[in-house]
Amino acid sequence: MDRFRMIFQYFQSNSESVMNGICGLLALASVKMYNSFDFSCPCLPQYNMAYGLGIMFVPPIVLFLCGLILNRQSLVMLEEWRRPQGCRKKDLAVIRYMFASIMQRAMVAPIIWIVVTLLDGKCLICAFSDSVDPGKFAGFANTSLVQVHQLLAKVPCKDDELMRNNTARKAVSRYLRCWSQALGWSILLILILAAFLARWLRPCFNQATLMQARHWSNYIDIEQKIFEETCCEHSRLFAHKCILHFFESMQQEIKLHSSSLPKEREGAEEEDLLQGITDQEKVNKLLRTWYYEKPPLDVSKVTQR
Amino acid sequence: MDKFRMIFQFLQSNQESFMSGICGIMALASAQMYSAFDFNCPCLPHYNLAYGLGILLVPPLILFLLGFVLNNNVSMLAEEWRRPQGQRGKDPAVLRYMFCSMAQRAMIAPVVWVSVTLLDGKCIICAFCTSVPVETLGNASHPSLSQREMERVLARIPCREIYDGQELITNEVATRYLRCISQALGWCFVLLMTTLAFLVRSLRPCFTQAAFLKSRYWSHYIDIERKLFDETCTEHAKSFAKVCIQQFFEGMSTDLAATHCHQPREAPTDAEEAARKLLGITDQGTMNMALKSWHRCKPPLHLHPPALPGSNGWAGAGQAPTQPPAPRREIAAYYSRV
Repeated sequence: MDRFRMIFQYFQSNSESVMNGICGLLALASVKMYNSFDFSCPCLPQYNMAYGLGIMFVPPIVLFLCGLILNRQSLVMLEEWRRPQGCRKKDLAVIRYMFASIMQRAMVAPIIWIVVTLLDGKCLICAFSDSVDPGKFAGFANTSLVQVHQLLAKVPCKDDELMRNNTARKAVSRYLRCWSQALGWSILLILILAAFLARWLRPCFNQATLMQARHWSNYIDIEQKIFEETCCEHSRLFAHKCILHFFESMQQEIKLHSSSLPKEREGAEEEDLLQGITDQEKVNKLLRTWYYEKPPLDVSKVTQR
Repeated sequence: MDKFRMIFQFLQSNQESFMSGICGIMALASAQMYSAFDFNCPCLPHYNLAYGLGILLVPPLILFLLGFVLNNNVSMLAEEWRRPQGQRGKDPAVLRYMFCSMAQRAMIAPVVWVSVTLLDGKCIICAFCTSVPVETLGNASHPSLSQREMERVLARIPCREIYDGQELITNEVATRYLRCISQALGWCFVLLMTTLAFLVRSLRPCFTQAAFLKSRYWSHYIDIERKLFDETCTEHAKSFAKVCIQQFFEGMSTDLAATHCHQPREAPTDAEEAARKLLGITDQGTMNMALKSWHRCKPPLHLHPPALPGSNGWAGAGQAPTQPPAPRREIAAYYSRV
């Protein structure tokens, strides 16, 4: 029991690690999806380019949107951005920080898909096989122009009857795969360099503002979680009291004093926790006020009391 | 008791993540079901379309309905929708919120089935093989066949062993063409669904956040109230049964007063506690009336302050509040809304 409590507390307190976990899971899911996807190039002149580039770019968009949807912080950021000002000022630096961190995490899975696609090579071979210069390859040099495009379009299909014993097909395939892998490794190198530089150079610019933004974005996240927990606890107590009162109202002829004293003791401590919010209108007003006028970030009055 | 209460509270408060886990399991189950399903295209002109589209569309419908059936909150929604108004008003926004969240979760498995089916391609190949553009893809020099004959030949494309139209259009070309179209449709469908989900999730804080907070609170309240009521009734039934049996044995033992005179001395503490738990409801008629009244006329959401003057004088009431808040706060920290 204690172990569960500790794990639960860890995940709750450290929402960053939860988000990193989700990001990692999506990255693994993207590799698994690519492996299990049955890539089958149509090997027809216009369809090849559409299919190849479609497979290279549409799944990353889907993965990016999934990364945004599954990340709880994106909701928190949107709520903070759209809330009415009320008693608490809005700090755009905090919102920018949250946006940047959400975007960075959401971009990981799409980039992994694109890099894996390029390093594998099938997509680029399918998309650009009919755009290569046929003069470079001996097998295609002396066919008519119309036929050469048809033939080149069939290069990605190894089992096609025209391509089965064609040595020039392998040459085109190797050529395109070489380009594809070079592109893939270059993109990976550039991105890792960019990430490395961003991490190293960040402390040189505005470190204090960054620390403040990180602190307050963490605060907003925790505050929202605790508000939801408090609402849960409040609704549980509310329901408890409501049901008890219902049963009490059924006892009309029985003397309440002797049988209900323990309840009254319980009732007193629960009244305390309900904090005076004892009907539907008051709960609705509480929730409306929470949204329209969040309290100022100043608890000195409370602690002095 | 504390352990059970903590587990119960954990599951309750974490119901969102529990439901999301169920959705994930249903999505995996639907993908697994598709892999295990033995797809067998009939390879006959009109049957192909019916079979292919049937496999594409009927299992998602079943999975969608199953998503509703397996969701415990459906009966809660139905109860709240159909109850008589009584002293408590009904809020359609709460009903809409509960229905929308259930429908969203039930949509996941069907969407996964349709995506996996389209990305795999067998269904579309089976359904549309008779509509392949033979003029552009096929062999132009082949003598033309009648419409019916051509359909019969093309319908066999999914069944490689019996396909006899290699001169008309090769099996591989037709299959590749159809699979390409199927996968393009599949990815477009996935993109559309993901975009819809993203829009639904991100537009909510921009427009209806206050109403959303209210609906979420009250739907959670209705759920908890129902569970607590069931708990209270179970405890009451236990105490009722205890007292009933106690009274039965007491009635039986009045004849043998000499041998059983020591028994009533042990009974009082039990009987007192059980009688206290009975909350004053001590017969079937009153209990039936209580249950009927709970359904017909739920109490208003307005807690009246305790009306008894005597309770304030108790020394016990003053000491009690200091003790429980600490453990309560500890428990409150473990709630989360994923």
